[in-house]
Amino acid sequence: MNSIAFVLLSILTLAAALATATLQKLMHATLSFAVTLVGVAALFFLLGAEFVGLVLVFVYIGAVAVLIVFTILLTRRDVGKDRGANWGGAFLAVAVFGGLTWAILETQSVAIVAPHLRTLTVKRIGEALMTSYVWPLQCVGVLLTAALIGALVLVMEEKR
Amino acid sequence: MINPSIDGFLHPYVSTSIDQIFVNGKQWLLSWLTFAPGWVVQIASSLLSIIALLFVFLSLFALMSVLERKILGRIQNRYGPNRVGPFGLLQPVADGIKMLIKEDIVPARADKFVHFLAPILIAAAAIVVLGVIPYGRNMTPFTIDGGILFFFAAGSTTELAVFMAGWGSNNKFSMLGAMRAIAQMISYELPLIITVLPVVMVVGSLVPDRIVAAQAGYTFGLVPHWFVFKPWGATAFLLFFVSGLVESNRTPFDVPEGESEIVAGHMTEYSGFKYATFFLAEYIGMFAITGLATTLFLGGWHSPVQVLEFIPSYVWFFAKLSALLFVYIWLRGTLPRTRIDQIMNFAWKFMLPMSFACVISAAVWYYAGRGLRGWLWSFFVIAVVYSALSMLLDTQRKFAPRTYRFAE
Repeated sequence: MNSIAFVLLSILTLAAALATATLQKLMHATLSFAVTLVGVAALFFLLGAEFVGLVLVFVYIGAVAVLIVFTILLTRRDVGKDRGANWGGAFLAVAVFGGLTWAILETQSVAIVAPHLRTLTVKRIGEALMTSYVWPLQCVGVLLTAALIGALVLVMEEKR
Repeated sequence: MINPSIDGFLHPYVSTSIDQIFVNGKQWLLSWLTFAPGWVVQIASSLLSIIALLFVFLSLFALMSVLERKILGRIQNRYGPNRVGPFGLLQPVADGIKMLIKEDIVPARADKFVHFLAPILIAAAAIVVLGVIPYGRNMTPFTIDGGILFFFAAGSTTELAVFMAGWGSNNKFSMLGAMRAIAQMISYELPLIITVLPVVMVVGSLVPDRIVAAQAGYTFGLVPHWFVFKPWGATAFLLFFVSGLVESNRTPFDVPEGESEIVAGHMTEYSGFKYATFFLAEYIGMFAITGLATTLFLGGWHSPVQVLEFIPSYVWFFAKLSALLFVYIWLRGTLPRTRIDQIMNFAWKFMLPMSFACVISAAVWYYAGRGLRGWLWSFFVIAVVYSALSMLLDTQRKFAPRTYRFAE
């Protein structure tokens, strides 16, 4: 049953990704990008990494997709217009795909038995974040705060 | 789990069997499938839960729509709907038939696909989050390690759906309404989630069942150990409730569909059953957020006093839910609509600092020994932050003729 689900989800994710790259209207591309992210999140769920899947939905669909949509809406006049093919991007995508395929084919399969993993719970992730990874976490926090203040400075009303 | 000292009205065994009647009923239905392979049973089990959820909440939606109109009528000193059926109780049926046979108009310049998809997505997001709420003892349809996170993650897709509705309609009122809706939803998502943090911190788990279990027990058999009776819990509950009002676009925060300003916001170009779907999503979202408030702060399905524990757990849950829903209706009948800039200012200048104060206060309560001392210290933190905020935010503005920045 899991393999059927995997195949279905992969087809959904890949089809949505293809649609993102090929759809003519920018807004449709953004929306199918959101579908791609849902597919990836569902794959994480299938692997038992619920937390990663949930955060993916939360951050990327709840925030990043909305941000992209607003950026497009506020910065471009030709939202409804069709967009042409981006040959440079296509070339880059093919190059990355080829490079990855080559790297994967060249790598010899590793014959190490996978260590027995404890089930990953949200609690354990939280404990790890608050003990061993507390400094990276704080640094990310400072970075985000700086970004927030920067955004506020940008939109602050000019004093006359 | 079950209190052995129940005496009086019902025999404990009878009480337990009534309490677990739905759980046992589901087990009984599934026992027919013993010969089937495991995955069939799994799917059947999920389907049963989904059907039960949909049945309960769609009926509640119908009931709520007529009760709201009746109560609003009572508040405004007029009759509510009273023509269809006894006391107008069949009004939702009439409304449903009317909505179904209405013409479905799609604007010629609209993006047909996105326009069609938006109401479906918005309703789906609202219904999915109902799954993680514990409705009674052993009655959580969808148990997941990060249940609370799931609630907010699935709920956050609503914003994209609202945007799709606004953009797909190709109408300036729709777009403006969608932008307002998204702006206020994103702003209030912050206090909504941060006020959940103290509960999660104190319980040490994101599983709704654990949160309910942590609120079990009574002091002297009278005062339940609900989080709303702690200073941080009470503050967090109020902030959560207000944020919930905003998230479900209810009065006094219903500017996204402010009919006096922008027709109907992102729902302007919708008619017939699609419009009804938006309303369904709004009400289901309201049930979900009040259900979560009940779970987090009001002790979930626990009874308020120990002697009343013989009453089934789901009755208590839905009693608390109905009480909160009544407050929603009451507020709608009482308060006028706020302006969008007032809503935003309130979110960033008051709600956000107060919700951070709740987190700190909960930590203080936790480390000051959870007793009376902790209670007082955490109350002190809340009081200090509240008075500091009210002094800082007091603009000392006298009443004067309004000045305009962009108009005139």
